[in-house]
Order: sequence, then structure tokens, then C-alpha cells
Amino acid sequence: MLPIDPAKKNSFQRKICDGDLVIVYERHDVMKSVKVCDGSELQNRFGIFKHSDWIGKPFGSKVLSNKGGFVYLLAPTPELWTLVLSHRTQILYIADISFVISYLEIIPGCMVLESGTGSGSLTTSLARAVAPSGHVYTFDFHEQRAASAREDFERIGLSSLVTVGIRDIQGEGFPDEFCGAVDSVFLDLPQPWLAIPSAGKMLKQDGILCSFSPCIEQVQRSCESLRAHFTDIRTFEVLLRTYEVREGRMNCGGDNEGASPGSRPSKRRLPSSSEGSNGKETKGGSVMAMARPCGRHNFDWSET
Amino acid sequence: MSESNPQNPRITWEGCSVLLDINDGDRLVFARLSPSSTIKIGNKKCCLSPLIGCPFGSLFQVETGPKGPYLLRLSATAAAESDHLKEKDDSQPTEGTNDNRSLIDNNKAQSLSGEDIDAMRREGATGDQIIEALIANSSTFDKKTLFSQEKYRLRKQKKYAPRVLLRRPFARSICEAYFKKHPARIGFMRVDALSLLLSLADVSAYSDVLVVDMVGGVITGAVAERLGGTGHVCNTYFGVTPYPMDIVRIFNFNDQICGRIVQTPVADLCSNQENKIEHFISHENTSSLETQPDADERSLSTTCILSDDAILEVQSVQEEISNDSLVKSVSVSETFISSGNGTSDHMDVDPCSTKSLDVIHEENASPVLKTCKSVKPGRQASPEAIKLWKENGFTSLIIAAPDLDTWKIVEELLPLLSYSAPFAIYHQYLQPLATCLHNLQTAKMAVGLQISEPWLREYQVLPCRTHPFMQMSAFGGYILSGVRICSNKPSHQS
Ligand SMILES: C[S@@+](CC[C@H](N)C(=O)[O-])C[C@H]1O[C@@H](n2cnc3c(N)ncnc32)[C@H](O)[C@@H]1O
Repeated sequence: MLPIDPAKKNSFQRKICDGDLVIVYERHDVMKSVKVCDGSELQNRFGIFKHSDWIGKPFGSKVLSNKGGFVYLLAPTPELWTLVLSHRTQILYIADISFVISYLEIIPGCMVLESGTGSGSLTTSLARAVAPSGHVYTFDFHEQRAASAREDFERIGLSSLVTVGIRDIQGEGFPDEFCGAVDSVFLDLPQPWLAIPSAGKMLKQDGILCSFSPCIEQVQRSCESLRAHFTDIRTFEVLLRTYEVREGRMNCGGDNEGASPGSRPSKRRLPSSSEGSNGKETKGGSVMAMARPCGRHNFDWSET
Repeated sequence: MSESNPQNPRITWEGCSVLLDINDGDRLVFARLSPSSTIKIGNKKCCLSPLIGCPFGSLFQVETGPKGPYLLRLSATAAAESDHLKEKDDSQPTEGTNDNRSLIDNNKAQSLSGEDIDAMRREGATGDQIIEALIANSSTFDKKTLFSQEKYRLRKQKKYAPRVLLRRPFARSICEAYFKKHPARIGFMRVDALSLLLSLADVSAYSDVLVVDMVGGVITGAVAERLGGTGHVCNTYFGVTPYPMDIVRIFNFNDQICGRIVQTPVADLCSNQENKIEHFISHENTSSLETQPDADERSLSTTCILSDDAILEVQSVQEEISNDSLVKSVSVSETFISSGNGTSDHMDVDPCSTKSLDVIHEENASPVLKTCKSVKPGRQASPEAIKLWKENGFTSLIIAAPDLDTWKIVEELLPLLSYSAPFAIYHQYLQPLATCLHNLQTAKMAVGLQISEPWLREYQVLPCRTHPFMQMSAFGGYILSGVRICSNKPSHQS
């Protein structure tokens, strides 16, 4: 997933190999991760795709099924991974993730602690930020979740950057061996205030802690606990609104040939979700892309 | 940019770039620490040398000694107390018995005169002692509510014992400082938008990131910070004049990181035969110092029009450093920015506010001697590097070019990206991105296309007094993101 391995760095020269992890892209909201395995097949609503057809093609290629349907094969990134991983818990999405990485001021070489690991959505971005020489130690008290996360990190090639530990962080705090040694700590726990005193001990001087909570009541209690151990406490709400783009055809005053006088502006849906052929002739009238907010957005609390 | 890697990047060193947060964000100053550098706080000129060798996060207070004003480092407990004071900043407490029914505002409440205070200073009184004296001599202090008492104390503290917090200049703090005080300079890009660009463009160690940075270098710097001295950030420009990237100098980049920041005209990346000499000359001309004050002035005037309450001072300190045979000019542009963001009484309490929109370009009379910078960020990319990028493609692309035609840039630059490489484009306005998305989709150049608008709100969180801060800017711009796809498609179908 990361270009730390020069052989895996994305490039015009790089071709899909047996054993590579690819993101199979149908639409922006329909994707899945697949390990390429010569002899295997992928079956979806578009038909059957042979992995052997994929090998040797560049990432980003469009590949066909036996029925002529198509998907794109993309190289995995932490952003795509967040969209395809299996949800074993609630996860963090890109708006929160990008904000957390910036506010934690994580740069290559940093030592970072995280709890809980959950589905590992944030962890992949933490790993990207500390690479090549830093490390992420992530803890969850749920054994099965920790094991699944470990398998995932192995699968996407991050195991040299991430260590998953099983531990009750609210009850026991972080292991003493990290005392005064870490640059940043991230908490996504149901009762973060229980882990805050320990987190404070783990940090280097001027190190940064960020705790994520969906409810203001949790944030409130965390802040009370933070005040005893930290300065410069700030709380943010982060969200992302997405826009859909449609093509609008404006007929102006009949001076365009082919424009039917009196016809009202017609909007044709141009969903960013569909990569299928939307090629259309636009005769008469001026065409412009118009954007409007999509219906749904996520709403989250983040606290630094 | 220091020559040697400091052993501990959490402790300042001589030649280190710092962000000085004066009186809790009233004024933010980027400065470079040297034994002779100074800062003027109110009417007091303080030497910055006591800051050298201190951990980032240290808090200082302006005190007056026999030799004049100086910066005294406060203990961690004092810092914590100051934080506690701040919390009471803007809310009514629920406890306390006084109300303000008997307060009369007649300017006679304070019996201590300016001369009295000066006399106290001469006798060696500390800022805290002066504040206590002011309180003791205020006939109205006892009648104030607890809340206004705290406010009064904070006001006096800001005036008579201003505090300076030593911060690390990181992409986050630099972007926040500019957004707060000088947003036009960075294309009104809020920190959450910058963070999203970096994530969406999958910036990581060993990436080769192509950027069009017409926002002062904040993107170039932020990308270089994430590369940590590996990969490349290739800052490309249309025409012959590289875009200014002075903000990059604010980061504490070592030679290894600076060497990874290169500039190249778009023409060189696109063409097959290169005209090196011509570009080399144009680069030498345009990246020299003379052009920078102009750039500052231009962006400043925009800011003045767009945000009327901002008070700006820009100070450019120029240093001539001779390095054996060749003389290099290195500019340290310090941006002093203050804003009168408070209530009407804010004016007389903030010693750092100046009600002027003057742009001050101050020539440093005594150039500071320090280690030569062997690697300057933003050198021309080597022909070898350009050749490699042509063969391999860039691993991602970030664009923030408010004044250029977004679609034209994308059309030209997207082919330089490897297949499956992500890109992220910032714009203050939605329409150019909507048009660009539409065209990319029609031309089947990319998938995963999305326009998003980041939204950020900061909260005050206190027992029974939690609420969003009102002055938060609701506007953070838009981002178009997507993934380049491989153009040699299999047989077309419909
Ligand atoms: C919401 S999930 C974290 C999601 C994660 N941030 C992500 O993006 O995928 C919270 C996790 O905390 C774990 N957890 C809860 N209490 C814990 C404790 N006391 N110690 C360690 N982990 C705990 C849960 O098992 C769960 O996996």
C-alpha cells in the first residue's frame, strides 16, 4: 500500500502481479479489495472476471468480464482501504482521519500510540504518516478484533509499521515501556477519560493527545480530565459535505440552432457514481456542470 | 533549514524557526531565533535569545529588569494557571454574589497613574506585582462580578505582563496562523482543507508529488513535512516565473528535506526536448529576493480589502550570507500579524495592536551571522529527476491555483501521473471544480471523482458552558478528488 517498498511504488512501469492486493472499483460507492491469485475468478453483477486477465496490466486499468461488463483495478491507498475494509466496529472516515493526522503533527519517524484499534481504519493512515522509520502501537482489548486487524495489516503490507497489542487500556493504561517515549496518542474509546492520565505519561514533553468521541457528554468528561494533565485543549467538530454534479442545459433565447424555443432548461443527471458511458452530444444551448450538495453527510466530533 | 540535524527537534536551537503566540493568539509571529534577534511587544523590545534551547510549548512573560525588558520563562504551573484563567474568558460563571448594578464607568476607578506604574517598573516590580497594585488601587474591582474580575485581571496581564508561547512551526500551526491572520495569502485554505488534500493525494514517504502551489508555499511545505526527506515534492509552474513559496522557509526543514523540494516549469515536464539554460536563467532571476516584497504587498492589499478588521504588519528581514565564493541571499520573512478581534476595550489592553494598515519592510541593520544554508528549498529539478518522472509518472498531484483555469491545468498535468495515482484539487469556489469534474468524467480520465466541502467548528467545552465559538469561519473552500485511470482501455463498449 505504501511506496516504502520501491518495487511496490506506483509507476507507469508497475504491473499487477500474482499476489497483489487490488481495489476492484465498480462505482465510487461500490468497491472491494481482492488479492490477485492466478486461476481465481471474481464474480459480480457484471459477470465473471478472471484474475489471469489482470496480471501484467497496469494498476488503473479497466478490465472486462465474460459478459463484457467492466471494473477498474486500483492500487490500494489508506483512503480506499477505509472504504472497503470490513466493519467490525464503527470506524473513522476521511474527514476525521485527515484532521487527526494533522493535529497530532505526525511526521515520518514518529512513535504513535492508539486505542482502540477497532477496524483499523485510522491505523492505516497513522502508519502511512510515520513511515518509513516510525511505528504505530495500537491496542484493543477485544482479542478477535485485534487478531483481525493484525491480519488486515499483514494483507495490506503494513505489518512492519504497526504492532497490535491486546490490552484493556481504560483499565490498565498503556504499557510502561512507552513512558515519555511517544510523540502522539490517539484515543477512540467509550470512556477516554479513564485512559487520559496514562496517555499523558506516555507522551514526550509537548507531545499531543487526541481523543475522538461521538457524543458531547464524552467530550465534556474528557476535557475535565485533560485539564489536569494538559494545556492548550481544543475541541473541534469536523464534517464533510459532498456535492453531486449534474449537467444543465441552458437554452438561451432561441439564437442557438436546434434549441427549441420555450423549452425549459433540462437537467440531465450526471452522477459522479457512474463511470459508464455518459458521452452525449450536446447540440444547441449552452451546457454547464452544476453542483449541489448530496443528501447525506456524516457528523462527527473530534477533540484534540 | 539548519545545517545540522538538531539532536532533539522538540527543543529550540540557534537558527531555529519558531511561531510566537503572543497573549493567547492576539498576535502570531514567525521568527528565527538568534542571539541578536528581537521582538517588539507593545513598546518593549525584547531579545529572543532566552528562547534558545527551550522546549517548544514553553511560556514566557515580558518582565522589566535593570537592563530593560526581557522574556522570562514561566514554570509549568504558571502556564497551567494561565490556561485556567483563559477558560473563564468569555462566559458567565454561575457562582459569586456580585453583580454589576453599582458600577459606574467614569475613568476615575483607577487611582494608579501611568507615571506611578513607570516608577514601580524602575524600582524593579514584576508584571504580576503591577497587576496586583492595579487591582488594589481599583475602586471598582471589588464590586465587579467574579467573572469581570477575571476579565479585568486578564486584560491587565495582557497589557502589563504580556505572555509569549513558543510553538513549533508545523504545517498545522502555520496554516492555522495564516488562516487566522492573513487568509488571502494561502488562498483562504483552512487547516482541515489542507489536511484533506494531503490525505486524498496519499502523500507519504517516498512519494513523488506534483504540486501547483499558488498559495504561498503552504502546500509545498506541508507535503515536504510528510515526505520527511524522502521522495520529492515537485513544485511546478506555468510560464517562466516560479510561484513564490516563502512559507516553506518557516518550517524547520533540514538540508535533507530542503533537497527534496524542487521547482520545474510545466513545459519541462511535458516537453521531450528540454531547454535547460533558458529556464535556469529565468529561475535565478525570479527566485531572487527582490521579487518578494512585491509579492507580499500584492497579497496584503487583497487581505486588507477582504478582511477589514485585520491589522497587519509584515516585516521582511533580509540576510546576506556569504558562502565561500558565491553570495546567496536568504530571506527570512517574518510575518507579524495582529488582529483587533475583541471588544472595544480590547484596543487599550492589547499592547501589540497597532491601528494601521501599513506594511513595514524592515531591513535588518545587523545581519545575523549563522551557519550557511547549504541546501535551499526549491532548486530546479535535475534533468535526471525529470527523466525519471517522465518514465514512471508522479505518484500524486495537488493543485491550489485560485487564479488559473482548473480544467486547463488538470488536462495538462493529469497525463504526468502514474495510472491509479490519486489527485486532489483545492478551490475557493465550487464552479471551476464542478466543470472540471464533468470534463474528467466525460473524457474518462479518472474515477472516484468527488467534490467535498470540509466543514469545521471549534467548541468551548466547559462544565455547563459548552458552545461553539462564534467567530469560526464557515468557509473553507472545496476539494475535487479522484484517481487517474489507465487510458489504453480494452475495446470500447457502451
Ligand atoms: C469505535 S472502535 C475504534 C475504531 C477505530 N478508530 C477505526 O477507525 O477503525 C472502539 C474500539 O475500542 C475498543 N475498546 C473499548 N474499550 C476498550 C478498552 N478498555 N481497552 C482497549 N480497547 C477498548 C473496542 O473493542 C473497539 O474495537
